[in-house]
Amino acid sequence: MSDTPQKPSLHQKFFEKNSLILTLGIVVTISVGGLIEIAPLFYLNSTIEEVDGVRPYSPLELMGRQIYLREGCYNCHSQMIRPLRDEVERYGHYSLAAESMYDRPFQWGSKRTGPDLARVGGRYSDEWHRDHLIHPQSVVPESIMPPYAFLADATLDYSMVSAHLRVNQFLGVPYSDEAIENASADLEAQVDEFSSGYDDLLARYPGTQIRNFDGNAEVITEMDALIAYLQWLGTGVDFSTYDPDAAENQR
Amino acid sequence: MSQANAMPVRSSGLDGMLIGLICILGAFWSLMAAARGVDPQMVAHGWLMLCGFVIGLILVVNAFSANGRVEESGLYHDNVIKAGVIATMFWAVVGLLVGVVIALQLTWPGVFYFEQLGFLNFGRLRPLHTSAVVFAFGGNALIATSFYVVQRTCRARLAGGLWPWFVFWGYQFFIVIAATGYVMGVTQALEYAEPEWYADIWLTLVWVAYLMVFLGTLWKRKEPHIYVANWFYLAFIVTIAVLHIVNNLAIPIDPFASYSYSVFAGVQNALTQWWYGHNAVGFFLTAGFLGIMYYFIPKRVGRPIFSYRLSIVHFWSLIFIYIWAGPHHLHFTALPEWTQTLGMTFSIMLWMPSWGGMINGVMTLSGAWDKLRTDPVVRMMVLALAFYGMSTFEGPLMSIRYVNALSHYTEWTVGHVHSGALGWVGMISFAALYCLVPWLWKKKGMWSQALIEWHFWLATFGIVFYVAALWPAGINQGMMWSAYNDLGFLEYTFIEVQEAMNPYYIIRVAGGLLFLSGAVLMAFNMYKTITGDVSETKDEVTPQPRAIPAE
Repeated sequence: MSDTPQKPSLHQKFFEKNSLILTLGIVVTISVGGLIEIAPLFYLNSTIEEVDGVRPYSPLELMGRQIYLREGCYNCHSQMIRPLRDEVERYGHYSLAAESMYDRPFQWGSKRTGPDLARVGGRYSDEWHRDHLIHPQSVVPESIMPPYAFLADATLDYSMVSAHLRVNQFLGVPYSDEAIENASADLEAQVDEFSSGYDDLLARYPGTQIRNFDGNAEVITEMDALIAYLQWLGTGVDFSTYDPDAAENQR
Repeated sequence: MSQANAMPVRSSGLDGMLIGLICILGAFWSLMAAARGVDPQMVAHGWLMLCGFVIGLILVVNAFSANGRVEESGLYHDNVIKAGVIATMFWAVVGLLVGVVIALQLTWPGVFYFEQLGFLNFGRLRPLHTSAVVFAFGGNALIATSFYVVQRTCRARLAGGLWPWFVFWGYQFFIVIAATGYVMGVTQALEYAEPEWYADIWLTLVWVAYLMVFLGTLWKRKEPHIYVANWFYLAFIVTIAVLHIVNNLAIPIDPFASYSYSVFAGVQNALTQWWYGHNAVGFFLTAGFLGIMYYFIPKRVGRPIFSYRLSIVHFWSLIFIYIWAGPHHLHFTALPEWTQTLGMTFSIMLWMPSWGGMINGVMTLSGAWDKLRTDPVVRMMVLALAFYGMSTFEGPLMSIRYVNALSHYTEWTVGHVHSGALGWVGMISFAALYCLVPWLWKKKGMWSQALIEWHFWLATFGIVFYVAALWPAGINQGMMWSAYNDLGFLEYTFIEVQEAMNPYYIIRVAGGLLFLSGAVLMAFNMYKTITGDVSETKDEVTPQPRAIPAE
């Protein structure tokens, strides 16, 4: 090697001679950036501003979210509206950090093969969602979305729903013990407008939409759960009263 | 791993006992999962894993004859690398094939989706494609080449007796758990980190064993210095361990449930995920494959590395800067703006160390440029570096906030990824395999040089079709989304933009098919080389007399 120095350099004496020093050097080098960028997010108050209307998912919505994750919807749909003119006009108010504060994992996505879903809630009827999920081309002929007809036939397995809530509570999501105890009842109440659990469910999860989502009252299906989740997406915060310039949003 | 010091051909048996113990514990847990799993996916995985651990146990017991285990003769442990080479080729074909399938689904959804076969939908197959090419194909290429390179450049046998085999089979086992999981809908729903908690724990175990085998071999080295390729491999192994563990921190809802909740939520989760995701690119797909470059290019062209000093500078600056770049995936999101700006700044700085590596690789050909004409494998290496240079220029460009405003969420991202993945990772891996097969199986060269030529051109045209379709597709898409008409309204609906993508998608399918067919030719060529008689080949390679001394 023509450019090898005569005297062994520090690099030759230490990093190339001792694999542990080399390993340690690598660990230190790669830690700096991560620590400086990531660690402050857990301490700075301004990372997530608390916003009225953001609440943990109801049990049915949470189970619907599990279907959303299971089917890999994030591969084609984002849930993050950027503060750009066209996005705000197309999808609605730009996304706030608080709106995904209970999302484990987050589902901001990286690719829009289909449209953003951060504010899809309330935009279409339940019937539209049902038809669309069963056979997307029946309502959007040019769509390239795959069919999810099997969701309408699949009975929702919610035997573990309390365990779902309990793990979330352990991780800091504000589910009360009462909410965990009544998770199954709350889930069932959300698909039945005439159930006795109606008021309790609304008290625990303000703004919850209560109705049969898939048009099949016999059984709670995965379709019920997924549509309940989709219809809630982005509807928590009331943007007619939300003021981004208000003092509490300017910390 | 220290028991394997010196050069004994008999192992103490401690390695086998420990691996056997892991298999027994694993089998026990799997049986519990099969019996008590709270969801059908967990039960299915329980049975699958039980089979795996029982087979593992049988293999370990079988490895010991009556009076201890006898290792393969010779200075180097090469059988595990042979297995790795075959696995690499196998997963390459699988991963590319799934890629073609999902490209077809996006192009002709009416033909390639089946209403009652929901597990074949895009959302479940796309993680299968990304994991199969990145982790199965790329990962096996890295493990196999690193085992080869570390032995030759240290002039020492792989440390750890049976442990390299544990790393190899453990890694295949991880791939099978992950892949079957995706199809069944077992996923963490984090891009490139989809495998669930139990697969993650298993991978952690395999990865620690990998690190120990690698370090153990470095400790046994007969060369005074650690060769540059090994710095890159070591950085890859260490950093992937850190990224994998942190980003996958999650709590399952039950010890026998196939789903879990991430300890990070929302914004914090977004940042840890893209810190992980971008550095999977930086350390898995870049640092690791630079390790391949630093060994195989000098060996194949018979010239020393262009600049030793450049390799030091670009190594340390590359690993320092890469780790900061993740937030460029989150421009204009709810992530604090200072973090986005830091990510963008470092992404632009990253251009320089990346090109340092490219220059060091290309200039190594000084004095051997004629090989470009005569040796298709060298041509592959240079093409790989060219694509490395292009995508590491394109990356910083796309990380600029206002370029990203257009490019984010579009096909441009997909085009960018594939110019790196097919062009850089794919080509340098294929080139390394073309070197390794004759070296390992002691053949004069590959069976057919003509097939290598065909592979080179099919792959090259495949990449060109692919990126030439998706770059304009992405820019077109971004412009159409943000287009306004004279009245001040959005010009296009989402679905109109989607429709405009179809011609590009067709070209992409053609590109994918070309690239896949090149890989199939390679698999055939490899099969003929390994099993056939290649004394009359035109593809003569220099045999491996001994290691190049480390600098």
